Amino acid sequence: MVIFSTLNGVLYGMLLFLLASGLTLIFSMMGVLNFAHASFYMLGAYFGFQISQWLDFWLALIVAPVLVGLIGAGVERWGLRTVHRWGHVAELLFTFGLAFVIEELVQMIWGKLPVDYRVPPALDFPAFTLFETTYPAFRMFMLLISVAIFLVLLLILTRSRVGLIIQASLSHPHMVAALGHDVPKVFMAVFGVGSALAGIAGVIAGPALVTQPSMAHVLGPILFVVVVFGGLGSLSGAFIASLLIGLIQTFAIAINYSLGDVLMALGVTRPIQGLLNDLWQVTVAQVGPVIPYLMLVLILIFRPTGLMGTRET
Amino acid sequence: MPIRFRTGLAAAALAAGLAVMAAPGGGAWAQVKIAFIDPLSGAMAPIGEHGVKHFQYMVDKINAAGGVNGQKMELLTYDNKLSPQETVIAAQKAIDAGARILTLGNGSGAAAAMIDFVNKHNDRNPGKEVIYLNYAAVDPAFTNEKCSYWHFRWDAHSDIKMQALTSYIKTKPNIKKIYLINQDYSFGHAVRKSANEMLKAKRPDIQIVGDELHPLAKITDFAPYVAKIKASGADTVITGNWGSDIALLLKAAADAGLQVDWFTYYGGGAGGPTAIKQTGLKDRVYQITEGHANINTPENIAWEDDFRKKSGGQGWWYPRVRNQMQMLARAMNEAKSNDPKVFVEKLRGMRFKTIYNADAYMRAEDHQFFQDMYISVLTPVSGDLKFDEEGTGWGWKTTAVVPMAETDVATTCKMAKPS
Repeated sequence: MVIFSTLNGVLYGMLLFLLASGLTLIFSMMGVLNFAHASFYMLGAYFGFQISQWLDFWLALIVAPVLVGLIGAGVERWGLRTVHRWGHVAELLFTFGLAFVIEELVQMIWGKLPVDYRVPPALDFPAFTLFETTYPAFRMFMLLISVAIFLVLLLILTRSRVGLIIQASLSHPHMVAALGHDVPKVFMAVFGVGSALAGIAGVIAGPALVTQPSMAHVLGPILFVVVVFGGLGSLSGAFIASLLIGLIQTFAIAINYSLGDVLMALGVTRPIQGLLNDLWQVTVAQVGPVIPYLMLVLILIFRPTGLMGTRET
Repeated sequence: MPIRFRTGLAAAALAAGLAVMAAPGGGAWAQVKIAFIDPLSGAMAPIGEHGVKHFQYMVDKINAAGGVNGQKMELLTYDNKLSPQETVIAAQKAIDAGARILTLGNGSGAAAAMIDFVNKHNDRNPGKEVIYLNYAAVDPAFTNEKCSYWHFRWDAHSDIKMQALTSYIKTKPNIKKIYLINQDYSFGHAVRKSANEMLKAKRPDIQIVGDELHPLAKITDFAPYVAKIKASGADTVITGNWGSDIALLLKAAADAGLQVDWFTYYGGGAGGPTAIKQTGLKDRVYQITEGHANINTPENIAWEDDFRKKSGGQGWWYPRVRNQMQMLARAMNEAKSNDPKVFVEKLRGMRFKTIYNADAYMRAEDHQFFQDMYISVLTPVSGDLKFDEEGTGWGWKTTAVVPMAETDVATTCKMAKPS
């Protein structure tokens, strides 16, 4: 069970990372918390579904993220850049509105019901069996893809010239512009690539989770936790935070102890009656979904820069 | 903050939709409007959508037979997004549009809000009473401590179903370790409570190795829960999960190759049979219902045939919707009135013959419907079994019938009759 929980947790964490990596770069570069980021993830899933219906899944894996990336770049070029001159609040509201527009559009095109996005037959078999429990091949595939993307991203950002410019524009955008680089173009590219990463996450998560109009809404808040927890603009911070949250959420489900049990173990008899009775009986498994937000609150109090961040949120 | 914006947007959309919907209703030929309120968006939408098909089919049938007291029935549909607040808003809109018969099934949270709303509305608007027909919310409280003169329930409530299930489990000595997994709201709590109590009374030797509650309609990946079930060494799982929560749970079990027996309330819901077949759980997934497609009476077979032709192949999930609508039409015609205040009295205590040619009745004390209950198992169809589910080639086969007399659980309801 520990092994499977770890696998599931790492998988969920890696998915989060695919989304958070783009978001944290965009956030730290432009100072905009992109509320529509999870919507790009949803678009990826729906595009993936549609293309795999018409053609096949493998093509969707390549085409859908490119499409989402182009849409993202377009949003930056003709939307955000225009709004930018009115300040950060306008940008924030712009992405906020965009998230609703995308959700409504998705509902208009694909309907409110979840779509039947299936695992491709080539990957629809158990990858391995351990203690009589099988692990689906598609999940292994998801894991491999996201790890591969993480490595590529890391190499580009730390080893290449492009990465150098991006890292420089993160901290000193004016200096980079003065050196003759087209900073707006860098912004557009980062926004596009960030959206494309979210798109990939959507394509591979669509069949395993559920492709429905509310999927962006479910993931959005967790993403912000990852980004803030990891530290702004820090890819490694986002990586650690994603894995941590993935593992915590998965393992929390496995823990049955409640606050009352802990008190009992400490030799304190717990109050059976009264208003707080329910509180004592709530198990860790039940409060699992809240833990990430608790982490967010705590990290903002004790380390406002986030885990690996260098400047304040 | 996003929540608040969303509600506003949704209300605006709903209002716009309503304006369109209400337009053809009024005017020259008055109709009896029935408002169907259920989740029509989000994870539980497939359940609500299929419910609409049931009610539309019934309304068409009743109208083809001459309607009620010379008037035609008309179905209005509202999306409550599975939320109690939205339910109340939708109910008010339905009443404003002229509906005095409201029906809602999914989600005991929404149903509780509805009962409360209807009670208050009827207190404040004498002469304009509305009635709430509950076709699926099975929290026992609604026909016990929270019972209402204006609420009628056609599905067997959770304790009745658990009573029947545990009586069956009593006859199965090979069941030794049971895992409970339920949704974390009033209905899920009712299931786990009655399961714990009844198993202790009927089979004290059974060990309950897990008692899980998870958020309602929020989980998209049940793999961690299935890993936990696996680790517990359970041989049987009891769950009241419905909608996406049962389909995804079974899907995760399929992916992990979990081989246990499943006793479910709603294993037949959207996506369930597909996942069951995928796991190869032949003869291992049971459901407790008031009926199913493969009960062999000529009327039932004809009914199922006809409905599947009209619904694009999907089966008749809710025999209770048939009972509810047939009894409603009968009560209205017998009372010679389409006013809820008048025909309510005809519904109370009404005796009824189901399509399976069995007796059933609406208990006047608490407005709970009683009928034979069927425990059935999903198995490849052949011979007597005519209908499969979701095109899987597998269908429901009766393993036990719990006669009405044995389902008769007492009620604590002290019904206040309005003056």
